[in-house]
Amino acid sequence: MTVTPSATALTVIFTIIFLGSAIGFYAGTRHKMSLEQWTVGGRGFGPALMWLLMAGETYTTFSFLGASGWAYSRGGPALYILAYLTLGYVVSFFILPPIWDLGREHGLQTQSDFFRKQYGSKYLGAFVSVVGVAFIIPYLQIQLTGLGIIVEIASFDGIGRTPAMAIAITLLAGFVFVSGVRAVAWVSVLKDILMVLAAVSIGIGVPHIYFGGIGPMFATLARVKPAHLVMPGATNDLGHSWYISTVLLTSLGVYMWPHTFGATFTAKSGDTIRRNAVVMPLYTTSLAFMFFTGFAALLVVPGLSNGDLSLLTIVRQTFPAWMLGVIGGAGALTAMVPAAILLLTASTLFAKNLYRPIFAPAMKDDQVAKLARTMVVVLSLISLYFAIHNSATLVSLLLLGYAGVTQFFPGVVLGLYWRRVTMVGVFGGMIVGVACATFLILSKRDPVVGLNAGFVALCANFAITVFVSMLAPVQASGISERLSESASGSTR
Amino acid sequence: MKRPSYGAILLGLIPFAGMCFSVSAWDRVYPMVLGMPFNFFWLLLWIVLTPLCMWAAYHLEAWRSSETPHLRQDENP
Repeated sequence: MTVTPSATALTVIFTIIFLGSAIGFYAGTRHKMSLEQWTVGGRGFGPALMWLLMAGETYTTFSFLGASGWAYSRGGPALYILAYLTLGYVVSFFILPPIWDLGREHGLQTQSDFFRKQYGSKYLGAFVSVVGVAFIIPYLQIQLTGLGIIVEIASFDGIGRTPAMAIAITLLAGFVFVSGVRAVAWVSVLKDILMVLAAVSIGIGVPHIYFGGIGPMFATLARVKPAHLVMPGATNDLGHSWYISTVLLTSLGVYMWPHTFGATFTAKSGDTIRRNAVVMPLYTTSLAFMFFTGFAALLVVPGLSNGDLSLLTIVRQTFPAWMLGVIGGAGALTAMVPAAILLLTASTLFAKNLYRPIFAPAMKDDQVAKLARTMVVVLSLISLYFAIHNSATLVSLLLLGYAGVTQFFPGVVLGLYWRRVTMVGVFGGMIVGVACATFLILSKRDPVVGLNAGFVALCANFAITVFVSMLAPVQASGISERLSESASGSTR
Repeated sequence: MKRPSYGAILLGLIPFAGMCFSVSAWDRVYPMVLGMPFNFFWLLLWIVLTPLCMWAAYHLEAWRSSETPHLRQDENP
């Protein structure tokens, strides 16, 4: 009896997925799940767990399939990915420790809690959670689409993308439902080991097998398609001004996602976060291997309709089936771990920061936790629906998300460091920023005069926030009092 | 909220200068270094240099927080 390559590959992938889920379920059973434990792990994550959680959130299936996909289909402009992740940690060094201080002092668990505390308005808090949940959906969609692609290719097109995504989201909702944030940090261990192994072995292996090394591969590419390796690459409008505006937008936005912002509160101390920010950029080097693979695929398997398929297509063509299985499994976990965090965050935001303060102020914490768990299921279904009905590339989806969440940046940073900022200013700026970004992107005007549309919206947002805040007389801006209170009570 | 020192902010701006604003100076294929196009090599180099900058910023901030708070905050080496 012969075993088909697709059966081998799928068996390996599902073994890895089940192993990961088992770790998730186990991690959850060891702690009693209060709302605080479920969302911020009891605020006791030391450097190691924190590192795993942050790496787990940042290195998603986007870095796995999306980075190689853009290297394949766009070329030079994909380099923005190496820059923005590195610079995002630089930004985090400065803004996360004071956020953590405020978090511990006032028992904050979510990004929306932060806005509510800083600006004293439950409506601003609720608005932040609506925007956060809305822009998390494209990010969730990335992970689901990635999972769908993996199973589709590993099964040699035997299993369609839709049933594959349905299976994955069921498992995912299951372990988030049971374990909360701890599940995520522990599954990250397995995920990160597998991902680094997969990245290095294909990033070095593929160029070596077809060209005799990375140098000869680049030399061939530079001869055949010299324009592909620099900006604007295979595009017309993604040049240097696009690069600068996109790197600025996305690096400021890395920690503006509700889930990355929220992860701050799991840390044991502000110092843990600062140390993390120093070493995290090194992890970005693993992305270079994804680029090698994408570039090699362009020479070996040209003409794919969708660049996101390039990494797995070349792996399938080059390596034995079990290896396709291991790499597919690693890819599946890099989708499931971040998707779990996204689900967790979005559902907590909905229950705690939108539903309770606006519609049911009398709700108790355990009822909120129950509602949050129900929302895990609802949000899973919504993102599954979008993943089935939308075929944007993974990078475009991510850029859409960033254009939205980075609109929180002025409110966060000015709230921390500028005493005159007012609630009305931040509210107005954010509405203009989100509306402007959404309009420009949905009406296909991105990039605008060579600049990233989200960046243009961010500038408008900053301008409105500052202008409106300046209109208020100094004494009337209540934020300054609250700020000086919290500054005097703060530990550093 | 206590602001980061100017020295630390300056150290944080160095990676931005290297990886972001200076793009037109390094976005080229040649000379290839270590078998990689120049722009690719340049960014990888900065991925390694960035932790060095931030390591310096970390120690600057740690040193500053052990000093008495009334000292001027921009008088750092």
